Amino acid sequence: MRNILPIAFILAALVAIWYVAAIFMNLSLQRDLFANAGRDGASFSELAAADLNMDRPKLPAPHQIVAELNRSVLQTAPTSKRSLLYHALVTLEETLLGFVIGAALGIGLAIVIVHVGWLDRSMMPWIVASQTIPIIALAPMIVVILNQFDITGIVPKAVIAAYLSFFPVTVGVVKGLRTPDPLQMDLMRTYSASRAQTFFKLRAPACAPFFFASMKVGVAAALVGAVVAEVTKSEDGGLGARLLAGSYYGQTVQIWAALFAAAALSAALVSLIGLADAIAARRMGAAR
Amino acid sequence: MNARPLDAIAPAAIFGAGVLIAWEAVVRLLHVPVVILPAPSAILDRFVHSIPTLAADFIQTIQGALAGYAIGCGAGLLVAIAIDRSGFLQRGLLPLGNLVSALPIVGVAPIMVMWFGFDWQSKAAVVVVMTFFPMLVNAVAGLASAGAMERDLMKTYGASYSQTLFKLRLPAALPFIFNALKINTTLAMIGAIVAEFFGTPTVGMGFRISTEVGHMSIDMVWATIVVAALAGSLLFGLAAFAERRATFWHPSYRQRSDR
Repeated sequence: MRNILPIAFILAALVAIWYVAAIFMNLSLQRDLFANAGRDGASFSELAAADLNMDRPKLPAPHQIVAELNRSVLQTAPTSKRSLLYHALVTLEETLLGFVIGAALGIGLAIVIVHVGWLDRSMMPWIVASQTIPIIALAPMIVVILNQFDITGIVPKAVIAAYLSFFPVTVGVVKGLRTPDPLQMDLMRTYSASRAQTFFKLRAPACAPFFFASMKVGVAAALVGAVVAEVTKSEDGGLGARLLAGSYYGQTVQIWAALFAAAALSAALVSLIGLADAIAARRMGAAR
Repeated sequence: MNARPLDAIAPAAIFGAGVLIAWEAVVRLLHVPVVILPAPSAILDRFVHSIPTLAADFIQTIQGALAGYAIGCGAGLLVAIAIDRSGFLQRGLLPLGNLVSALPIVGVAPIMVMWFGFDWQSKAAVVVVMTFFPMLVNAVAGLASAGAMERDLMKTYGASYSQTLFKLRLPAALPFIFNALKINTTLAMIGAIVAEFFGTPTVGMGFRISTEVGHMSIDMVWATIVVAALAGSLLFGLAAFAERRATFWHPSYRQRSDR
């Protein structure tokens, strides 16, 4: 809790910097607007005031983004396509579906890899290597391929989200399942524990911190996958579609609002997993 | 392990080759249409025949990625050193930095394209934003990693702040800094490619992928992905190689040669 003051200070500093940046980045644009309206020789304070309330600023001021969020989340019915909440829910749906599939596959594969030696030696290097390549480049293609099979709607995007969350989850869980040291494994053997018993009583509990850490990375990756997938196929809405539409029509305020919504969504999902982590740690008797 | 590196590589190589052969066989035997999945041989063929295009795309994308990588990592390191003296700023920035690393930062791509135009500068800007925070968080943690004993020793030597920084704390931070450098190679490629989905001159890997998908020439998409994968692995490999040379003293490398 002692961190609250410093965090608040940094946030306040960021907002202040943002306002200054907004005033100066929009200055020339606003000067042109005034000149077009025949208002030459406006003072700096007039310019700055108008600056922070432009329609399509280069950099919207924070209060404009808050107003846009308020308008498109609270003042618009969630069922309307103009509601940001509607688009956020589309993205959330894809992210969660993709994350569940990706995490389940990742955990399953990790369990297999830990128990089957030759799979470990043959597959693990590829899975680790896959972390170094920009797999997101595959996103547009996956959408098109699934389209050929008449799979549309949220599924292709969920597949991309699953695909992106799969690799970090696999790597993290394998690492976690490997944490018990040889001494502990030997102890289980002296107890003549079966593989299943070793797994549930030793490996799985030892994996918990790695598990939750990789879940956090995985869910964040799933959200990025969903957003990028929406950019490549934007008919069905979603935050990525809002980003793209905003960039087509120069609606900067809309882009920033969508960005903030995506950030809030990501932060919420990650902190949910953090909460589960804390609860699990407490029930496992961790001294915190 | 060191004595016979083949033992470690062979299973992975066989597995990779097996996947390629199975892929080729499935595509040929089941007559999978090219628009769904081209055979590896077709992709290779396409790759060889489109090397000029692929090279132009690669150069366009890599300059944005590298420029952004250098600026983002450099800025992250400098800011980390700057706030290092203030515990107050550190306590405020670290949780925020950790939060930011979970955010979908690629979303700033359309904004950067608006600010910096269609060319590689806007891609570099996206990469700067994406690589800055991982470097900041890691470097701050790394600078704090020098032990109290060592710091006391430096003090007894009467070392100045900059001497302590360059002779003790920066070297101690190197493993953390290299960790960020490695993570950031992937982020740089992702940032540069995704930013091209939002607008680019008619060249670049992200541009190639999105347009060739539109033309249904999936083999070209795969050829571009091969380039992206090679570039990503190469950058990561370079960072890992530099790490090995610079932090040879670190236990994770030292142990292996002892055995």
